[in-house]
Amino acid sequence: MMRFLLSAFVIARRDFTATVLSKTFIFFLLAPLFPVAMGGLFGSIGARVANQTERPVVAVVAPKSDFARLAAARDQLSEAIGDQALVRIVGYSPERDLAAQERKLLASRKPPVRAVLGGGLEHPRLVGALGSDPATVGQLKLLIANAREAHTGEPPDLPVTDVHVSTGSLEADRATTAWAAQAVLFFLTLMLSTMVMSQLIEEKSNKIIEVIAAAMRIDAMFVGKLFAMLAASVLALVVWISAGALLLQMVKHGGVQSLPTPAVGWPGFLALAIIYFGMNYLLFGAAFLMIGAQASTAREVQTMSLPVTFAQMLIFAFAATAINSPDSAEGWAAAAFPLSSPMTMLARAAEQPNWWPHLAAILWQAIWVALILRFGAKLFRKTVLKSGPRLPWWRFGRA
Amino acid sequence: MLRQPQHNRADDRFAVEATDLVKDFGETRAVDGISLRVPTGSIYGLLGPNGAGKTTTLRMLLGIIDPSSGSRLVLGRDRPLDAAPEIGYLPEERGLYPAMQAREAIAFMGSLRGLPMAEGRRRADALLEEHGLGDWGKKTIRSLSKGMAQIVQLLGTIIHKPRLIVLDEPFAGLDAINQGKLEELIRREARSGVTVIFSTHVIAHAERLCEEIAIIAKGRVAFHGRVDDARAKLNSIVRLRTRASDGPWRSALPAGARREGDEWVFELPAAGPEPLLRALIDGGAGIETLAIERPGLHDAFVAIAGNKAAAEMAKEKPQ
Repeated sequence: MMRFLLSAFVIARRDFTATVLSKTFIFFLLAPLFPVAMGGLFGSIGARVANQTERPVVAVVAPKSDFARLAAARDQLSEAIGDQALVRIVGYSPERDLAAQERKLLASRKPPVRAVLGGGLEHPRLVGALGSDPATVGQLKLLIANAREAHTGEPPDLPVTDVHVSTGSLEADRATTAWAAQAVLFFLTLMLSTMVMSQLIEEKSNKIIEVIAAAMRIDAMFVGKLFAMLAASVLALVVWISAGALLLQMVKHGGVQSLPTPAVGWPGFLALAIIYFGMNYLLFGAAFLMIGAQASTAREVQTMSLPVTFAQMLIFAFAATAINSPDSAEGWAAAAFPLSSPMTMLARAAEQPNWWPHLAAILWQAIWVALILRFGAKLFRKTVLKSGPRLPWWRFGRA
Repeated sequence: MLRQPQHNRADDRFAVEATDLVKDFGETRAVDGISLRVPTGSIYGLLGPNGAGKTTTLRMLLGIIDPSSGSRLVLGRDRPLDAAPEIGYLPEERGLYPAMQAREAIAFMGSLRGLPMAEGRRRADALLEEHGLGDWGKKTIRSLSKGMAQIVQLLGTIIHKPRLIVLDEPFAGLDAINQGKLEELIRREARSGVTVIFSTHVIAHAERLCEEIAIIAKGRVAFHGRVDDARAKLNSIVRLRTRASDGPWRSALPAGARREGDEWVFELPAAGPEPLLRALIDGGAGIETLAIERPGLHDAFVAIAGNKAAAEMAKEKPQ
């Protein structure tokens, strides 16, 4: 066992040094900026597109007093459900030829009018392309009804006393924490998976694999490579978390203290987050190292990356089913399935205060890490080094 | 040089013992029942054309691959990887990390075999200095020539002072000067009690270095034993030049005698040279020159492995 660990350490030390001391590690540290920047970019584009295309504009052809009452009703409603969710209304004074005015407005591009509301508040009628938009019709009915009321400008007084938490808010906050933790775990592992898959390409392409295979067990090499990558990623994680906390402290009032507290408390949750990150990485890493070891070139690794990414997304989606209902059948299934177990259990830590399921889950996940590594090493010896006698597939696991 | 601690073994006369090793790759049988015994402290050559099964045999002996059937005992262990700290291995396809410094690469290879990195660096500096590469210790592998990188890997093979050194086609890619240096290094290691096994398809290297050889052809051992024993499988060759072109002396020549230019060439008869000389003199041959040549390893190889295998070896890239 000591030989095994020393061999793994030799590989881990070489890989860790080669990774961390390379110039490309700087790019690796900057990697989270890219999804953040992409998210921001696509978010702003999406918001702009939504702003331009999704909010219908209705031209209101009515006397100024009617339009003012309608606008006041809209302002009141926008306080409740938000301005973005409401139909835009633009007022026009009635012209002599109302039919011609409607046609002109419906053909208008500035603003792009979806419908024309005429007839004032007493005899309203709507003309427009509204076949697939019952919400706009419903909103207009509500606005007209409110506008007809005499006291639309004065909402009833409702005194509010704020408390820190209530059951409803706590569950929602913890579900948010659970979802955020799962998402972070997923993206971190996703980012590392391609790197892990290409871990053996260097050794295979420069032929040093032969020297290593003659000096140690292949599973010791696998373990060394996996833990080198884990150590490098933990180093990066420390940098990312520190930078993230600093950023949050600067941009969010109350800093990290304002985040919703998980069910097991912050210290326990952070400890579990580190453990589950390690387990998630080791489980996916062992599987991807095994898959990547079959590849001979970087091109083959790239080809494998896409299906592997989709598989990870499916597993992430499976783990996400446990949020809000960790004790459901789906929740337990996601916790039991090795590859979704760390993400599921981290979400559980945010929502449930019990500790024993975590101890069982960590043990269960560790067993699977060992099994996948063992199987991966055997597969590598069998398929890459072409070692061992030929066995029927049902005896392969015992080869 | 200090060696790794010896292990108690029932029979340490042989560093390597292989029995009926077989290796199949799919439907192809690469090694077909090879048995070897490599005496401890000897220089042992595996001789054969490319594709004969030499590398596969070495990889099985080292535990890189498992045999389909058969067994092997390496430094007394039936699992060769258990003896890995006492073995040095230079594979046929050389490989080092291109971004590593030469001294780091040597020390890393030692660390793979259990040598602490600090000690590895110290020994690497000494070895590089000894081999005239002292100035190159801090250069990266990618900045070295192919030959120099090969020397670096060779030094990495012996850095941990192994008891068994396995070299797969070690002379391939080396110029004549470095081939000479490598031959000297092999002899020096053997003098200090290290067992050296190397594979080659160049007969001259085996002839100069090896005490024992195994001639491998088509995955089988065609001959296994001392180089002298291989030569002894053939009779000496007689080259005779006479003043008389014909006469009674011709009856003294054996049946297989043939003309090569001005000479008669034939195998020395089993009775030895004296009756032959007497018959030639009595028959009035007028002996101008008579040379008795001991057959070389190449002749023995042709006789053992066949002309086809010898022709394949001759076709391969000369070293």
